[in-house]
Amino acid sequence: MEFINNVPIYVQVIDDIKRDIVNGILPMGGKMPSSRELALKYKINPNTSSRIYREMEAEGICFTKRGLGTFVTEDKETVVRIREKMAEDFINSFIQGMKGLGFTREELNHLISIKYGEGGA
Amino acid sequence: MVLECKELRKKYLGKTVVDNVSFVLEEGSIYALLGQNGSGKTTLMKMITGLVKADQGEMTFQGEKLGVKAKEQIAYMPTEAYFYDYMKTKDVGKYYADFFEDFNKQHFDELLIQMDIHQKDRIKHLSSGQIAKLKLAVTLARNAKLYLLDEPLNGIDLLSRDIIITIILEASREDNMIVISSHLVEELEKIVDHIILLNKGRVSLVGEAEEIRETRGKSITDVYREVLA
Repeated sequence: MEFINNVPIYVQVIDDIKRDIVNGILPMGGKMPSSRELALKYKINPNTSSRIYREMEAEGICFTKRGLGTFVTEDKETVVRIREKMAEDFINSFIQGMKGLGFTREELNHLISIKYGEGGA
Repeated sequence: MVLECKELRKKYLGKTVVDNVSFVLEEGSIYALLGQNGSGKTTLMKMITGLVKADQGEMTFQGEKLGVKAKEQIAYMPTEAYFYDYMKTKDVGKYYADFFEDFNKQHFDELLIQMDIHQKDRIKHLSSGQIAKLKLAVTLARNAKLYLLDEPLNGIDLLSRDIIITIILEASREDNMIVISSHLVEELEKIVDHIILLNKGRVSLVGEAEEIRETRGKSITDVYREVLA
């Protein structure tokens, strides 16, 4: 994974994990890597990796079973909420960017309908 | 806090190379000791290991004055390659095992395998990247409390760099501390949690890496450029 160095690393990794959960790469109720494994997977500092789990637990994205490890939430609502929130963030930054270029709503709709069919290239 | 350095100073021939430097190191963290060439990084590491005597200042290790006992728990990897050409890599391991009680031969062997260096390789036939990895292996094979790694990534190709970073991360534990000196800030962004930035022998920034990114919205690399500008 490529990191942007001016954004906290933990934020970027959490986003990546959320994407994996939304896509089902990390299935609901599935076991997540240990904090150490996560650090090695993303080649990040082990303390950053512990923080990632703390933040995700606080958000209800995952939970810890004592002595067994950390698991992806089993709550479908939560996953739906994450998916919607991520989509909203994308859309907002997209609309902001296009507005900044002076595109109108009609032009935007038109562009999307053309480009979507092309696979969003 | 495990290591505390207070108001350290060092002059060489009238030139101040370490000027009123104070900082503390805590367990379970990886520190980046950043600064340009000549900013005092190596001198500072050598002061902690006792290879260079401070003109002034104090150092304590686990609450006691930093002395012989403490130094047994400090593993230092200097920048220069200090192996003899006639040695094989396994001799380097034996050499270290003779010197350091905390040297773990089995761990050394495992690290060599991970680094794709063979026990029978002769030092004089190793590439500079392999020498760098071997230096790291003998240092990290010690079961120390504090590891001081002077420029472990300097002049290393990309693939070796990945291996070195993985091995450093694997060596980090909740009960030890690792200090990595470098002028290549970008390489260390993700792997350190604390920054100590030296400029002309003085500390110009100390802080937590994520906090610096969060509060300033900038990378450590950008902050480094700003401070030195």
